[in-house]
Amino acid sequence: MTSVIERPSAPQSPHTPSLASRLKPNLETLPTLAAIVIFVGMIIYGEIAYGRILQFSTLSNLFINNAYLIILAVGLTFVILTGGVDLSVGAIIAISSLVGVMLANAGWNPFVVIVLMILIGSAFGAASGILIQYFNVQPFIATLAMMFLARGLASMLSTTPERLADDSPIRTLSTEVKVIDGPKINDLVTTPNVIIAAVVVIVAFYILHKTRFGRTVYAIGGSEQSATLMGLPVVRTKLAIYIISGTLAGLAAVVYTSKLGIAQNITGVGWELDAIAAVIIGGTLLTGGAGFVLGSVIGALVLGLMNVLITRDGSIPPEATTIITGAILLVFVLLQRLVVSRKRKT
Amino acid sequence: MSNTSSGAASFLKTSVKQPYIWAIAALVLLLIINLIKDPTYLGISVNAVTGDLSGNLIDILRASAPIMMIAVGMTLVIATRGIDLSVGSVMAVSGAVSMEFMHDAGDGSLGSALMAIALALGISAFLGLINGVLVSIVGLQPFITTLIMMLAGRGLAKVITSGQNTSASNEFFRWIANGTVLGFPVVFVIGAVIVALVALLVRRSALGLMIESIGINPKAARMAGIRPVGLLIFVYILSAVLAGVAGIFSTASVMTVEVAKTGFSSEMDAILAVVIGGTSLAGGKFSLTGSVIGALLIATLDKTIVFLAIPSSATPAFKAIVIVAICLLQSQRVRALFSQRRARTSTPRKEAVSA
Repeated sequence: MTSVIERPSAPQSPHTPSLASRLKPNLETLPTLAAIVIFVGMIIYGEIAYGRILQFSTLSNLFINNAYLIILAVGLTFVILTGGVDLSVGAIIAISSLVGVMLANAGWNPFVVIVLMILIGSAFGAASGILIQYFNVQPFIATLAMMFLARGLASMLSTTPERLADDSPIRTLSTEVKVIDGPKINDLVTTPNVIIAAVVVIVAFYILHKTRFGRTVYAIGGSEQSATLMGLPVVRTKLAIYIISGTLAGLAAVVYTSKLGIAQNITGVGWELDAIAAVIIGGTLLTGGAGFVLGSVIGALVLGLMNVLITRDGSIPPEATTIITGAILLVFVLLQRLVVSRKRKT
Repeated sequence: MSNTSSGAASFLKTSVKQPYIWAIAALVLLLIINLIKDPTYLGISVNAVTGDLSGNLIDILRASAPIMMIAVGMTLVIATRGIDLSVGSVMAVSGAVSMEFMHDAGDGSLGSALMAIALALGISAFLGLINGVLVSIVGLQPFITTLIMMLAGRGLAKVITSGQNTSASNEFFRWIANGTVLGFPVVFVIGAVIVALVALLVRRSALGLMIESIGINPKAARMAGIRPVGLLIFVYILSAVLAGVAGIFSTASVMTVEVAKTGFSSEMDAILAVVIGGTSLAGGKFSLTGSVIGALLIATLDKTIVFLAIPSSATPAFKAIVIVAICLLQSQRVRALFSQRRARTSTPRKEAVSA
């Protein structure tokens, strides 16, 4: 319950102080505000045009279906805040869920399997981080290599869909719990997966805004050189953010696998783009240094809601979804560009 | 470009300047692996009637043509400190446009094939123009601009064909991929001619130098009177048109566009070929020869994996190993150079620029 109700109101907390302050922070929060406006606008439009949007069952499904995307977006927020990028998350999900399902079906203890799935993500993240930090490989190329590696290894394991046994304890993560029993099927439901996502968001919010580590992340994104000169632990932090991103991708694999129960080597193709889109729509600057983790959550929800609306509408061919995602992304990047150039002038 | 084959021995000494020596070594290594598996691997047989050459090496040349196209375009884009992630999607759009046009025309004539090619390349050029304008005039990052184009382009290809894999029949179009000229595959001949034309264009005029200067130092280039806007738009259009050619190549061989698969992750192949060829992703100096060798290496790698009966979907893992190995080699070399150069900082760098 907390997760669902807190989410819409929580984004205001980062900009309540900034609203009071002057022009500059306002410009920084503008993309995030725009994302919130668009999200609310989409809900209102959907409610008027198609109906049955602003009700418990639709909204709970929005969170249940996008829990994995929220987790991925949180991980990428860390990376993009430092000015980097992680393209390997989609492929990490593929290998992690494939290994998880195969081990679980082989009779391994579910807790061991889940921990292992998360650790696979951490290992790939650590490999990216080491390549980037110690061998001066561009983040883009290092994570691309990890994406290829993870996807290729997953294909070596299996090229057919692996099905998680129906009685597997891992599936309990996606059991639906009724929070509010509404009329007919209009219930407010949640799953442990949604709670996991909510915990991830809250912890990430705390780390980014209240700890020394979080401030270092923002400082690296602002200017890595200045951060190094200030004596901040740049090396350790950059390594850590890629491990965080990989770990969260592993966690997203757990969430996704428990929900769908099927793992395949082509799972998660293109999800890294969805996650990057969510982060950018949420107002995090691609160049790093500014953005909010709660904005990324809004970004993920905007993408999820867009899919719902397109399905409801029916007249938009599903093929056009990626064009619309691209257009939204373009609008937000242009908005960022505008904000950044304004900031330079002032 | 002609120096590369004649002076192979001198490359060993100056391998720092010619990083694609590693690519050649890897290429030879892969061929040796194939040769161990099958001693007749390198054999080329001549069809007595038609004079066509056939054999594994010819297959590799055929398969390398589309990769060569996108790798050459990508090289120029990367030289300007940019990146073009949209090439795979542009390939799909180009294939979809040409297949859909010929499917509707339905007459299988030479005229409709030429119209289809013109239309496909025109639309590719338009997509490249959008990329170029967004990067140069609006000032967006190339990474995100072309990422958006990658998303939208794939969607566009699906909209053009209404999400269906479209087939068409056209003898001339099919000949592009499956025919031969003087015994060599047509795709390879066309690809080689295009590469030679691009190389002439950028190396025999100031264009190549200007592209490099943007990549090395955009501010200095602007102060030296080089206007980046036109150049950037040019390289993105060129990259997209070459991707369009690659799309025609790869759809013509099966006369079908698979909207979800045509050109999928081709941008990664192109980037890989460029990196293997020794062009720095940080921009600046570029080597078209290196990228062509990189494209050949990737085609050989693809074929080798199939030849060794490893599932082809596992190919990315091997490509990843190649990327990581090259990045490590390059970075260690950079480190070694840095420690050597501490004493004599600027002299080697001047050499590198003038060479």
